[in-house]
Amino acid sequence: MRINPRIINRFVRMGLNVQAYFTVGILIIIVAIIFFKGFPHVNLAFILSFPEDMGREGGIFPAIVGTIQLALLSILLATPLGLGTAIFLTEYTKESLFTKFIRFGVESLAGIPSILYGLFGFIFFVIKLKMGWSLLAGVLTMTIMILPTIIRTSEEAIRAVPRQLRIVSYSLSASKWETIKKVVLPAAMPGILTGIMLSIGRAVGETAAIIFTMGSSLRLPLSLMDSGRTMAVHFYILAREGISMEKAYGTAVVLVLSILLINILAYYIMNKAIARYS
Amino acid sequence: MLFRQWAILLPLIAALLSCSGASGDKPGRKNTVTIAGSTSVMPFTEKLAEHFMVDHKDFIVDVQGGGSTAGIQATINNTVALGMSSRGLKGEEKRLNTITICYDGIAVVVHPDNPIGELELEKIRQIFSGRILNWRELGWVDRRIDAVSREEGSGTRGAFEDLVMNGREIDDGTMVQDSNGSVKEVVATDPYAIGYISMGLVDKKVRPVSIDGVQPSIKTIKSGRYKIVRPFLYVTNGELDDQPKRFVDYVLSNEGQQILRNEGLVGFYD
Amino acid sequence: MIDRTVFKERFVKWVLVAFALSSLLFLFLIFIFILSEGLPLFLKVGLKQIIFGMKWAPTKGYFGIFPMIISSFFVTIGALVIGAPLGLSCAIYLSEYAGKRTKMLLKPAIELLAGIPSVVFGFLGVLYIVPLVRNYLGGSGFSLISTSLVLGVMILPTIISISFDALVSVPRTYREGSAAMGATKWQTISKVIIPSAKSGILASFILGMGRAIGETMAVIMIAGNALKIPTSILDPLRTLTGNIALELAYATGDHRMGLFSTGVVLMVIIMVLNYIANFGIKRKIAK
Repeated sequence: MRINPRIINRFVRMGLNVQAYFTVGILIIIVAIIFFKGFPHVNLAFILSFPEDMGREGGIFPAIVGTIQLALLSILLATPLGLGTAIFLTEYTKESLFTKFIRFGVESLAGIPSILYGLFGFIFFVIKLKMGWSLLAGVLTMTIMILPTIIRTSEEAIRAVPRQLRIVSYSLSASKWETIKKVVLPAAMPGILTGIMLSIGRAVGETAAIIFTMGSSLRLPLSLMDSGRTMAVHFYILAREGISMEKAYGTAVVLVLSILLINILAYYIMNKAIARYS
Repeated sequence: MLFRQWAILLPLIAALLSCSGASGDKPGRKNTVTIAGSTSVMPFTEKLAEHFMVDHKDFIVDVQGGGSTAGIQATINNTVALGMSSRGLKGEEKRLNTITICYDGIAVVVHPDNPIGELELEKIRQIFSGRILNWRELGWVDRRIDAVSREEGSGTRGAFEDLVMNGREIDDGTMVQDSNGSVKEVVATDPYAIGYISMGLVDKKVRPVSIDGVQPSIKTIKSGRYKIVRPFLYVTNGELDDQPKRFVDYVLSNEGQQILRNEGLVGFYD
Repeated sequence: MIDRTVFKERFVKWVLVAFALSSLLFLFLIFIFILSEGLPLFLKVGLKQIIFGMKWAPTKGYFGIFPMIISSFFVTIGALVIGAPLGLSCAIYLSEYAGKRTKMLLKPAIELLAGIPSVVFGFLGVLYIVPLVRNYLGGSGFSLISTSLVLGVMILPTIISISFDALVSVPRTYREGSAAMGATKWQTISKVIIPSAKSGILASFILGMGRAIGETMAVIMIAGNALKIPTSILDPLRTLTGNIALELAYATGDHRMGLFSTGVVLMVIIMVLNYIANFGIKRKIAK
């Protein structure tokens, strides 16, 4: 029995529509639950005060600071390294076995699950290099984690810059580095920034790699060798141990809000960069 | 233009961070005592640390988890001043000094709605070794028993295996959670669950089961009737330095012991 | 002045070389470290014992991770069962049906979903999915099906965005030609567009698998972490990632090496998946 294809078409269109909105619906539900249950507990005191009684009372200030320190330092370390590598790979080398090898390595590492970074960071930085659970161990581990992403997105962005731009620049007697600095990089900026923003988001939300390297101390990390928590780690511990549902939801709100803000900031910067350089 | 902005921002950020971050040993800094180890002992050490730091504002007591084994290892490697352990030392670890700070019972707990209030030790053994699989066999509903255990390497599990399982292995089908708190959470939310946790953690969310007629409580532990008890230890590598010693003295003092008692543990001197 | 420029150029080049080499050093460091810590056990105990061994009790000398390999596999397939149809449908809707305004709404929403940390998924899974499964389906709720449900949602963004890219890159002429022959939209999609985007779509599934098999935090909160191979979707299970996370802090000596060996197996599986997926995508682009 052959059904009129037009009818099938109509049904399918409806079905796909429903599924798309269902997916968005899931997101909305997740965000809604977190916000409705958590927002009442988020206030200035929550953000600025210290946790008491293992986190049952008080705020999450040290966790917020820990998150900022981790994300910022990791990006500061990974961006020059990653961007530099990407520039080197695209502008200063020819396609060869060497570059293929590097690219293969970067691709492979991009998929490594975070727990393996945690395993590596714990045994290598915390124990073998005797850093103990520390901000430094966490930052180094996180840097290695986000390096492949930054290299990959930067490389793609730089490659996407049309050859004409470079040729014109050289014809105006600009040197190689001048060309890169003033022509190629600005044009590739949106893509590069995407990679950076993605990585910041990852650093903020990451737990498995951080809990084993930065530790889970409730203190405010005041130096590189101090241990501390990030919001994600704090949230995980609160939730897992059933210490306080309210504080857990509250932490989740701040966490998700931060990521939302990073995403929005990313869009804004990207659009500005596109507007400016195209 | 973007570059120029970055060129200004970057050194600023770097300067900001260098104020907050440098190597850890600055003179005139507060006394720091790092403690790491058993997740069972950790909440109580945290509590003690909180009170200790109120009276000693020049001290920072940094408490980490990681597990008894990790804490012992860290002590051997001198990465921490004190290790916490909820099990006895084995083999090579024995060269460390141990300080018993209190005793903790291990309570077998069920959901508050579970009518079974008493179990024989042998029955508990059979539940966790996978021989009794259904609550029906114990006189309750026809539902599978959701047994929860700790992970291999946990001090609490080690103590449970020594004191309860008596050589029989915990079944592969039991669920595993990696801290007392999360075991408690599972039992608190699943009416058909049963698990073992540190007695100091028992509260209204779960109900402890009497074992062979003995209800776990501070009284029964002190009197020796409740036998599933293990010591909480601080381990040290050699002689204690001054700062950790101050903290340990506090823990062993009347005030420290009272804090532990308030949390449901049995003091060292009791 | 030319000399100065030449000097600067050379300087920059060497700085970049230094950066590149440092990056490579870091990247290969983790590779080599995991391999070096994980391989010795394979030599000591034997590949078969580890990969096909049924018993994991490292403190007693058993390093069998077969149940966990199977469990990781089940959970990944389960996640795909849920995530692939839904994700593909979303991608199709986005690329073929959605108007510009809808796209502007949906795409950021998908990206936000991708940014939600896994611990949040695990938390919500424990609070809402687990009791639901326990009350309506049975068991403790900490099970294969709960984990698959949550993981399925978590890999949606991956599947959607890569499938979307694949669908969008199908040349317009294909669509126009099909329409010219009187096909309905769905006929065009199902018989022309999807087949030509096939390798990209498959790649998205494989990358989704890679993401699911590597997920740790949400899984250890929801899966129950029992060591047996699950015999029903209501049974608890332990994945390779869960195994590492649960025992990492406690492990020493051979036990620790066992965890690294688990890590090696995990790494190999994911690298293979990634390679297949990228091979598929590259082939598409090459065409």
